[in-house]
Amino acid sequence: MRQAIPFCVFAALAIAVQMITALTGTDYFLTQITMSGWYALVVMGLCMLMGYAGQISIGHAAFFAIGGYTAAVLTTMNLLPCKNGAFVKLLSGMGMTIAGTNSWGTDILYLSPWLSLIAAVLISVFTAWIIGIPVLRLKGHYLAMATLGFGTIIYRIALGTPLFGGADGLSDVPPFRLFAGLVIDGSRTHRLAGYYCAMAMILVVIVMLSNLVNSRAGRALRAIHGNEEAAQAMGIDTARYKLNLFVLSAVIAAIAGVFMTHYNGGIGPAEAGVMKSIRYVAIVAVGGMANLWGTLVAGMVLNFLSLRGYFGSFDDAVFGAVLILMMVFAPNGILVKRRKRQ
Amino acid sequence: MPLLEVKNLSKSFGGLHAVRDVSFAVEQGMIKGVIGPNGAGKTTLFNCIAGSLQPAAGSAVLFDGGPIHRLPPHAVARKGIARTFQTIKLFAHMTVLENVMVGCHLQSRGSLMAGMLKLPYTWKEERTVRAAALELLDKMGILSLADHDAAHLAFGQQRAVEFARALALKPRLLLLDEPASGLNIHETALVGGLIRRIRDSGVTVLIVEHDMSLIMSISDELMVLCFGQKIAEGKPRDIQRDPEVIRVYLGEESCSA
Repeated sequence: MRQAIPFCVFAALAIAVQMITALTGTDYFLTQITMSGWYALVVMGLCMLMGYAGQISIGHAAFFAIGGYTAAVLTTMNLLPCKNGAFVKLLSGMGMTIAGTNSWGTDILYLSPWLSLIAAVLISVFTAWIIGIPVLRLKGHYLAMATLGFGTIIYRIALGTPLFGGADGLSDVPPFRLFAGLVIDGSRTHRLAGYYCAMAMILVVIVMLSNLVNSRAGRALRAIHGNEEAAQAMGIDTARYKLNLFVLSAVIAAIAGVFMTHYNGGIGPAEAGVMKSIRYVAIVAVGGMANLWGTLVAGMVLNFLSLRGYFGSFDDAVFGAVLILMMVFAPNGILVKRRKRQ
Repeated sequence: MPLLEVKNLSKSFGGLHAVRDVSFAVEQGMIKGVIGPNGAGKTTLFNCIAGSLQPAAGSAVLFDGGPIHRLPPHAVARKGIARTFQTIKLFAHMTVLENVMVGCHLQSRGSLMAGMLKLPYTWKEERTVRAAALELLDKMGILSLADHDAAHLAFGQQRAVEFARALALKPRLLLLDEPASGLNIHETALVGGLIRRIRDSGVTVLIVEHDMSLIMSISDELMVLCFGQKIAEGKPRDIQRDPEVIRVYLGEESCSA
């Protein structure tokens, strides 16, 4: 039961923060905390990939964007003109479409966000799979460069495709009604729902990833980091393990992208940008590389400060500087867990 | 039928023939030694058997009658072949116990998903694997080091962890690449006794070693490589008297020994 303590502390802290903001009338902070939470999901997946399995990715913003854009495209597509088509009728029959009005007051019929969430997961799995098979054969600098190349491609696609709204991105993304009262959108009335949803998802992800670290598969992944040749000699199919983890971290990023897009009501190409990918890498480095809790804290704090605008116009520069300082002074991270040594 | 059969194995790097047309067999339950001067191709031969290197066309490695020379390392391990490395390759940032638990990889089956969800069947599996790893550490006399970071151990202790990790695979054939290098006389003697015990427990051993007194005393059979070619094979005492082996490798003085 001792292992459960940090998770309980996190849950208590999440509730405490919400109550403090409510009591002090600063509940507007919750919006940025919620957004930091979605970003923290991405960095926790990346922490698993980079810190534990030793596979760097400077292209993870691409998976976040794949999730976000999938959600945005599918839920802003107006199905009214083809509502008598057999396929749309079938979807409507299954309750997989939603009728509403957009911000211009036009009646629209759009796909259920649940469906677009599933689509986002499938597309991110497929993309990570296709990219991962050739790219994960590379190591170190070469892997970094290859993932950087992948991120750049996705960014250019987001920027250059009319379907994705070009430089403006996509807006008017409808709310994601999870359950009865739990709605993910940017409105003040649903701020609490969004906040607790983000915190709950962080809790689920960190519990699952912590379990993974100390499981058979987690040991195999850490062994790959420690010495790939020796890991293979133990019978570990290193290529498969690396690919599966790459796909897993991509799916986590895509799901975060979906929720962020519904929360913000839109998404722009900056989310797919290289600067975002570098930011995620910097956060994992600050968190201590192989340290899920450190990465979570670093992700929440740095993103919160960034979103509140404390870094001003030096936003990206701050993350660049953080990365340099980390590499020079503490390549193993600041929030490093002290290993037990009897 | 021999447990391991190597037929016409060749491997070259660029123009260099590291191993040239080597054939030999390892019978079940024996300790077979491979000796030869530096650069004779011993480690290359090992890597070809273990799957880390792809031997040249026309080469064949048969394990238990089946070909394994096209298999990747992890598939070779799955067949029941474990190995240690000339330069110790432990998993850094993992404890000694975890290192040996990784050796139990093939004795368990918990997937990535099962690990994340901590499915009930993995609980029992974890306990079994942990117990097996602790037992091996106990056998190697390093149980007290279980929670230490593997990278921070003394050299001889690291060797012991590597042995325990390889044995955790429950191999039928164990490949040992210079297990005594860097060890003192006392530790070398311990390793000799350990290898004999491993053989007596039913594991076949193929060993590359430079320590002549060790390999001559433990090997049931020896093979001598020189410039990638087999120049002699037989009982240790016959090898010690072989004029060709004395000329290229052992030197005159060890002849009188």
